Amino acid sequence: MGSMIAEPVGASRPMRYLVAAFCVFLIALMLAPLVFSFFASIKSPVEAGLVPPNYFPRSLTGENYASVANYQAGMWTYVSNSLIVAGLTIVFCLAMAVPAGYAFARFPIPFKEGFFLLVLASMMIPYQAMLTPLYLMFSAIGLVNTYVGLAIVHTILQLPFSIYLMRNSFEGIPKELSEAAVMDGCTSFQVLARVFLPLVVPGMVTVALFAFIASWNEFIGALIFMSNEQSFTVPVMLTGVSSGQFGVVDWGGLQAGVMVSIIPCVAIYLLLQRYYVSGLMSGAVK
Amino acid sequence: MLANTTKLVGFAYLLPALLFTCVFVVYPLGHLVMLSLTNESLLGGGEFVGLDNYRDAFADRSFWKAFWFTLKYTAFITPVLMVLGFLLALLSMANTPLRQFTRGVVFLPVVIGLASSSLLWVWLFNQQVGLANQVLVDVNIIEKPLVWFNKSNLGLLAVTISVVWKVVGFGMIIMLSGMQQVSQEVLEASMIDGASYWQRVRRIIVPLSMRAILLATLISAIGSMLAFDQFYLMTGGAPRGQTFTSVYWIYQNSFVYFKLGYGSALSIILMVVIMAGSALQLTLQNRGAKA
Repeated sequence: MGSMIAEPVGASRPMRYLVAAFCVFLIALMLAPLVFSFFASIKSPVEAGLVPPNYFPRSLTGENYASVANYQAGMWTYVSNSLIVAGLTIVFCLAMAVPAGYAFARFPIPFKEGFFLLVLASMMIPYQAMLTPLYLMFSAIGLVNTYVGLAIVHTILQLPFSIYLMRNSFEGIPKELSEAAVMDGCTSFQVLARVFLPLVVPGMVTVALFAFIASWNEFIGALIFMSNEQSFTVPVMLTGVSSGQFGVVDWGGLQAGVMVSIIPCVAIYLLLQRYYVSGLMSGAVK
Repeated sequence: MLANTTKLVGFAYLLPALLFTCVFVVYPLGHLVMLSLTNESLLGGGEFVGLDNYRDAFADRSFWKAFWFTLKYTAFITPVLMVLGFLLALLSMANTPLRQFTRGVVFLPVVIGLASSSLLWVWLFNQQVGLANQVLVDVNIIEKPLVWFNKSNLGLLAVTISVVWKVVGFGMIIMLSGMQQVSQEVLEASMIDGASYWQRVRRIIVPLSMRAILLATLISAIGSMLAFDQFYLMTGGAPRGQTFTSVYWIYQNSFVYFKLGYGSALSIILMVVIMAGSALQLTLQNRGAKA
């Protein structure tokens, strides 16, 4: 599909080669920053600080990775902080978006569209503006510097889109299926658990995927709510690396940290690209 | 009877999400409005001061400087992102393996965090160890390495380049989804009528995927108006606070100077501006669709 739009009619052979060459150039351009950052991360710390810099590493060491691994409380503390917060965000989003999507798609609830708008409207409110009242609320109930607290902030960010995706997923299932199950005497919960859940797994994967990536990458909330050195997430910890010690920035170490922060996202994207792109597209088409 | 039970059961499924939204969105929003009318500080205080914060905000030259800078950034980056995103969507429409691979690679940085990509690019643009200068010197565009972050325009350019790299694939995918809705019959008909490639793009693809283009523009413009990470991590506001964005200035007031009440008033002003802008675009879009 789409060849008709993309190819000028009777596009000449040189033209097609030109387009192909351009694609290759584009691929190189987009990948170059990642490749050179990786190269910097495996240079020796001295070589990574060279002025002027060299493009390709002469040495190959894991020293930069070792130095970020030992940065302050240790890289693994920060990685596990980020993973736990992301995991909780996934759980919170699924725990609320699956039943809500089910309800929106399958139940005749009064003011249903009003509720739906209310949930989606929170997408229109910039969460950056909400951080102050949330901070006061969380410090009053002891949720500052906790995994649950930051996960709630990330859930606020991600819940509307999650509900939207789950509603679409449930609406995509033929009505006859649930009607048959109700005839067989299933309660609505049994219908949800036995009939629907297996069918909305792709939607749930998409929700989990977006929640993970949003939470793992989120910065300003983590910066404000995780002020304690022990509870930093990876991006907040990298800020510390980038500001350096005694005015000297460990550039190799910073790029090693950048690699660590990028790898999970890239790996997940490569594995689950289909879900990610289709999730975005379903949001755009409606 | 049965219908009522069903309604109740359905409402019960909805309840967790509704409660969450009320407790963590609606209530804080109300609290934000209240806070903006007080001199609340992380250091104490919290008396009602009426509209003083708003009066101060309108007289606060630093805030408006940050606001105009954010607007300038948005006005600069949005067209770049949209035009490039559109051209990339056109390019990657075809399902040849090379073009699909190109699409996948262009989209890749979208899943990377803005903080991570900013810390990658702040290194690339570093005047001493950065490769950006090295490349520009090696291809003879500049003679001496540039100091990217001590002039606000150069800093803005560096941030824009890094953000374009990071998010251009997002606009591409949204517009691509719009283009895939364009019916093949219309295109075939136009080809029979002898329309050239660019005629088809201009007369058919652009108008028929307008909704997706406008959606991408709106999302992208809102994102730029709320820019924080890239400036916090790349310019740090330098030089002399010239690259503070609105959100950065709000963050600075609330969490560095601890003026929570004042920060709340600034947040509300920003929120109102963004919502008014979005509403305006949506209205124009709907009117355009009817005409």
